Amino acid sequence: MHPWLPFEWIAATRFLREGRMQSLLIIVGVGVGVSVIVFMSALLSGLQSNLVKRTLSSQAHIVLLPPEEVARPQRDDDGDLGPLLQKQAQRLRSIDQWQKIRDRLGALPEIAAVSPVASGPAFAVRGDANKSVTLLGIEPEHYTRIIALDEKIVAGKLRLNAGDTVIGIELAKDLGAGVGDKLRLNSGSGATDTLTITGLFDLGNKGVNARNVYVGLRSAQTLLDLVGGISSFDLSLVDIYSAETLAQHLAAETGLQADSWIKTNAQFFTALTSQRISSNVIRFFVGLSVAFGIASVLVVSVVQRAKEIGILRAMGATRGQLLRTFLLQGGIVGLCGSMIGSALAALFLALWQTLARNPDGTPLFVISVEPSLVFIAAAGATLVGTLAAFIPARRAAGLDPVVAIRG
Amino acid sequence: MAEPTNVLELSDVHKSYGTGSPLEVEILHGIDLRLQRGEFAALIGPSGSGKSTLLNLIGLLDRPTGGHLAIDGQPTSGLDDTGLTRLRGRRIGFVFQHHLLIPAFTALENVMMPMLVDRGRPDAEMRERAATLLEQVGLGERMNNPASQLSGGQQQRVAIARALVMRPSLVLADEPTGNLDTHSADGVFALMREINVARQTTFLIVTHDPRLAQRCDRHIELVDGRIVADRPN
Ligand SMILES: Nc1ncnc2c1ncn2[C@@H]1O[C@H](COP(=O)(O)OP(=O)(O)OP(=O)(O)O)[C@@H](O)[C@H]1O
Ligand SMILES: [Mg+2]
Repeated sequence: MHPWLPFEWIAATRFLREGRMQSLLIIVGVGVGVSVIVFMSALLSGLQSNLVKRTLSSQAHIVLLPPEEVARPQRDDDGDLGPLLQKQAQRLRSIDQWQKIRDRLGALPEIAAVSPVASGPAFAVRGDANKSVTLLGIEPEHYTRIIALDEKIVAGKLRLNAGDTVIGIELAKDLGAGVGDKLRLNSGSGATDTLTITGLFDLGNKGVNARNVYVGLRSAQTLLDLVGGISSFDLSLVDIYSAETLAQHLAAETGLQADSWIKTNAQFFTALTSQRISSNVIRFFVGLSVAFGIASVLVVSVVQRAKEIGILRAMGATRGQLLRTFLLQGGIVGLCGSMIGSALAALFLALWQTLARNPDGTPLFVISVEPSLVFIAAAGATLVGTLAAFIPARRAAGLDPVVAIRG
Repeated sequence: MAEPTNVLELSDVHKSYGTGSPLEVEILHGIDLRLQRGEFAALIGPSGSGKSTLLNLIGLLDRPTGGHLAIDGQPTSGLDDTGLTRLRGRRIGFVFQHHLLIPAFTALENVMMPMLVDRGRPDAEMRERAATLLEQVGLGERMNNPASQLSGGQQQRVAIARALVMRPSLVLADEPTGNLDTHSADGVFALMREINVARQTTFLIVTHDPRLAQRCDRHIELVDGRIVADRPN
């Protein structure tokens, strides 16, 4: 009996220890339930963060574009409305006074990095091969803070001086070109430039690897007829999940069109949400059966201990003390179960990672049981255990000592 | 006004079971009883006469359906459950026939239990008091044995030590020797008597054993829920 522990703690732990098998079985039972929840949560959040990471390795969190030009009704001389609500001709539009906007964006605390981009369609030509590509003029020192292009270079290096270009491994394959080879780019505006391939990248996305052609901002401005201008800003944020709200805010603020990665990947998010709902349903029912398990074991224990409860009441234990003693037993079972559960879940995850592998033998993706998840599981299981103990605890507190002692 | 020497005072106490139902049955029909400090009284009577029922009322484990009951001059009718529980814990000690120790605890811890539930946490004083009592009842060597590993006579001695640890004014014993062989019964009975003499603790003992009843100072005889005889011995 530790001197600092209150009666309720002493009695709860003694009762649990005395009921060896019963306590052990229910704690293991709770552990199995918790392990399912923890395993599932870890898997899901691992999957999610992995997919998000993959998506964002080749995509900015927010892209700011010039406003969609509003199609204006064209007025004929005689005042009739023209028959067409005509969209303006497809022409690359530039962001006005982009340096000013860049400085303002850079000062916002929510924004981690801003990179101006001049981009447009072009054709990459080499020998007989002719590929439609997206030309991206960037300032590498800014752009790499948004997309880690420098870390994705698989051959050569990221050098974009005048006359340099960096292309994806797919395009390199399609064109049969490598580092040091020349590449001609024809832009839509008719301008042409011949560049030297200084590096090849692999951004982990086949489409991007086949399409993106990086050049220096100035080269792109010339090729795309955007001299001094840019076509968009790429932004990276401190909190990626605030992208949509911030995008709407920025659109209102700057008058530019703002597309968040959340909006451009809406389908992905819908899938994620429905996955989360179904896993919540599973979690709820596992939690429920854990609660019923704890409650039923404690109900039996109250019946078994009726005499002891009666004698405790005769010796001056109040209803409140007995209520708390049994609530605590529920909480302790939940807490111990959650520890076993987290350990089991870690084991399952290790097992799962040895099984789920890419064809080349590398793990499909890396997941682990985060300390925060263990903590949440412990808190949740303790709470569920305490709540589940409520009915048995009330029975214990309500026992008539006369009946209990005689019984 | 109750005299301060009255540890227990019952006047016209009734007890019915199944109150309000067609099966209502009155077990105790107007009990008048006073016990003074230091008395050592036997409650005797045939089986089913209501001895345990009366003891439960006096021990505040149950409430009378009529009449007045005071412990140490304090009326009990106005107390709520917690008030009754506290009064019971502090003023009354119980010794039951079926020892009723708590097996998850050691002998020492069982003796400490009334103080533990009263104070909320263990402390050195309760440990000392419990140890001293266990030595007095001759179990100084067995203090740290689990309660379940003691013999019947030893368990009953622990129960007596437990009943005394709060220094109650009244100890209620319901057939304390009913489960013991003659030798152990004599020992347990002598122990209670010794404590009664040494501390002036009042004892009310239900017993079927005429031999033991003979060793009490007063005989209260209950028949069919009425006290039919109350005489000094
Ligand atoms: N909860 C109850 N409901 C109804 N009747 C009860 C209840 N408890 C006791 N009785 C009845 O009250 C009467 C007295 O019982 P009690 O246990 O007080 O007798 P006793 O004198 O202690 O008998 P014994 O010597 O056998 O222990 C008995 O007829 C018993 O059936
Ligand atoms: Mg009886």
